[in-house]
Amino acid sequence: MQTILEMRNITKCFGPVKALNNVNFKVKAGEIHALVGENGAGKTTLMNVLSGVHPYGTYSGEIIYKGKHCIFRSIRDSEKNGIAIIHQELALIPYLSIGENIFLGNERAKYGVIDWNQTYRDATKILQKVGLKENPHILVKDLGVGKQQLVEIAKALAKDVQLLILDEPTAALNEEDADNLLKLLLELKKTGITSILISHKLNEVIKVADAITILRDGATIETLQVDRGVVNEDRIIKGMVGRELVDRFPKRQPKIGEVYFEVRNWNVDDPLIEGRKVIKNVNIKVHKGEIVGISGLMGSGRTELAMSIFGKAYGRNISGQLFKAGKEIEVNNVQQAINHGLAYVTEDRKTAGLIGIENIKRNISLSSLKKISKRWVINDEQENAAAINYRQKLNIRSSSIFQKVQDLSGGNQQKVVLAKWIFAAPDILILDEPTRGIDVGAKYEIYTIINQLAEEGKAIIFISSELPEILGICDRIYVMNEGRIVGELMKEEASQESIMKCIMQSNRGRY
Amino acid sequence: METGYPKPAKFESIGYTLKSNIRQYAMLVALIVIMLFFQIATDGILLVPMNVTNLILQNSYVLILAIGMTLCILTGGNIDLSVGSVAAFVAAIMGKLIIHQKMDVTLTVFLGLLIGAVIGCWQGFWIAYVRIPAFIVTLAGMLLFRGLTNTILKGLTLSPFPRSFQAISSGYIPDLFPFFGSRFNLTPIVVSVLASIILVYMQIKKRKKKIKNEMEVIPPSLFIAQLLLVLVAINLFAYALAAHKGIPIILVILGVLIGGYHFFTTKTVPGRYIYAMGGNEKAAKLSGIDTNKVLFFVYLNMSVLAALAGIAFAARTDSAFPLLGTNFEMDAIAACFIGGASATGGIGTVIGAIIGALVMGVLNNGMSIMGIGIDWQMTIKGFVLLMAVAFDVYSKNKSK
Repeated sequence: MQTILEMRNITKCFGPVKALNNVNFKVKAGEIHALVGENGAGKTTLMNVLSGVHPYGTYSGEIIYKGKHCIFRSIRDSEKNGIAIIHQELALIPYLSIGENIFLGNERAKYGVIDWNQTYRDATKILQKVGLKENPHILVKDLGVGKQQLVEIAKALAKDVQLLILDEPTAALNEEDADNLLKLLLELKKTGITSILISHKLNEVIKVADAITILRDGATIETLQVDRGVVNEDRIIKGMVGRELVDRFPKRQPKIGEVYFEVRNWNVDDPLIEGRKVIKNVNIKVHKGEIVGISGLMGSGRTELAMSIFGKAYGRNISGQLFKAGKEIEVNNVQQAINHGLAYVTEDRKTAGLIGIENIKRNISLSSLKKISKRWVINDEQENAAAINYRQKLNIRSSSIFQKVQDLSGGNQQKVVLAKWIFAAPDILILDEPTRGIDVGAKYEIYTIINQLAEEGKAIIFISSELPEILGICDRIYVMNEGRIVGELMKEEASQESIMKCIMQSNRGRY
Repeated sequence: METGYPKPAKFESIGYTLKSNIRQYAMLVALIVIMLFFQIATDGILLVPMNVTNLILQNSYVLILAIGMTLCILTGGNIDLSVGSVAAFVAAIMGKLIIHQKMDVTLTVFLGLLIGAVIGCWQGFWIAYVRIPAFIVTLAGMLLFRGLTNTILKGLTLSPFPRSFQAISSGYIPDLFPFFGSRFNLTPIVVSVLASIILVYMQIKKRKKKIKNEMEVIPPSLFIAQLLLVLVAINLFAYALAAHKGIPIILVILGVLIGGYHFFTTKTVPGRYIYAMGGNEKAAKLSGIDTNKVLFFVYLNMSVLAALAGIAFAARTDSAFPLLGTNFEMDAIAACFIGGASATGGIGTVIGAIIGALVMGVLNNGMSIMGIGIDWQMTIKGFVLLMAVAFDVYSKNKSK
């Protein structure tokens, strides 16, 4: 196989920070090449250099694509050469149809007049290629994230892509959709399309990649060839963190107390669709010092359950009872929830957890302003002290407490969200996907923080799509499916198989 | 590791200080440059004591409105288009009650503010609780209250107001230290000297506290230079006031408003809520902030300030007329954006908006003295607004 792309000695600086330092990266034609590394290792930056997001001249080094030196001044330049990048945040227009989106900027037109028949005919053909069985007239906003991802790929195919770059394509997908996407990559490989896959999910990487390049701190560490059969997750992690991570989950001796928080007969309706039940008669209990997992596929109602408990922040016609330490509590809004010692760490830190344009200090204090103020006047010193304390305790890597959170890496942003809620001193913490999209090292740190909170006797509800994580840190696991609790497993009896079995059995019962 | 020695103070480099505050400094520098330019271009008339006082009196209504508008914009780029009409409506009621019904001035002024509050509740309800976009609600309010103003005034101008009402915008604090005869009013000088001493004391205390807490501070040279500049400005300003007629009553009102709202937005919990909501409403909600209440309060506050602006303007022009307050909203909005507010919310300061309003005010005043027609004045103001925001966008992109 010949080399389709070579990036030589790429160096890229943001102000004083070297994001890439002499990176070398070689991709062979027709392979799936995975790019892995911790957050901030420079994966996305490298791909942005390649695709012209960082135009020629803002970096040093050279890009050789199909044997030619390339000068990409914009994304258009790289697209013309058959390079397409699909970003983490999808770039589709929600109120346009699938067909319109596929040919956006690349319209099937004659003399500037769009030929709609051809547009939709071609769209149907391309949709077949990516295995999406949807009418191309449907609006993109009505599709799930998984299908939207496929539309993105269809859009790239419409431009005769030869090199496809996918940045964390499966981060927001459930297992089934993720599997489909990976299969599609293998299909595309058969048609001769080269792919570069950026992913934190190492099992996926091993499943589909032919070669894996590891970046660390802006430098290439090594490229592993998968076919030789020596590559496993531990091997990759060792390259990523520079040392062997003996245990991916920190050890802990659970000290479980009496039942502390209880949800009884909880029912929630969809806020938009009249009469559609999202949560059906859910009963759960959490003990003091216990970490209780809620597992289930995406769309099973985990987030909806958590948010409806947290001050009815989701849903309508909510019925059921909440008990704390044996006494029923009334929680009708978020403020009441906080007053009763509840905290909810959202799965979506960017749009619902943080105020990006504000600094670390102001984000940490946001839910606890009353605690550090007197007659509505904020005490600056107390606020600073709290921020400094949590920055140190949670090891939030930043220039100071005055750094804007939008400039932090994903893992550090997540720590800021955690700090905000820990500062609010809750008794019951609901953590929704607290490690989504963050790297192995930061994950470990966050598990350690969660363990400490449990140690202090807090009751913790832990929601996650990643089964190994749920199995690794929870004492007890509820399995959710279609808005119901369909299983309860103790740590000892829980395994990936037993969880999936609960889900499958409940499905069978329904049909 | 505790060593027992006090750690040395951390200084930010001058470059960093300038860079991180470039917007604030840039507009202040622009204001000074514009003032110097007109000072020369008008042969020194701009900063003649009488004209300095005039500048304040002329622009008092924009300054009042800009404060309220800042809060509106902070909540998420919402603006209030109705402020001009609300001002006119309240002024018309003032005219009706004071001139026709001969009602007590103080009582009527309070009634006017109360009417502002009621209007604010009306608009705030639609904006915050029904969630109709502020643009639409206040556009409706703009038409609605302009119409009501015309109905009340029947298309006529009401004039004159009694002296006690006019005093709001054209009265002065009486000289408390009448030593130098009648020409020189000593009160502003005494006030500014006292203010200078307090300012120096507060600034030094704040700086010491920061150093003690190991926070970064600007280098001593820059600190002293900055402080001196402010002191000179304050005392020159006071001298100008003293040489004319003393401290205008409206200046006292403005001082209280600016100081109060600056404190409110930077130091208090509700002030923080406004910024949080503008930064990310969803995150603010999930942090326990009642964003509906914040939005309601902001629009309630805006209408009260619009009422005050209407009263001040009626007092200054000594009349209530159907077209009073036309384009007030545009002046206030422009002041906020020139002063560095972000059109998407969450960024902006009361002080910035005041500087923005002063930039516009000095432009108006300077060009009028130079005899430039109102048509060109508008053109130039429009250009300044565009350039100020363009500079903002440019410097933001660069710092990325």
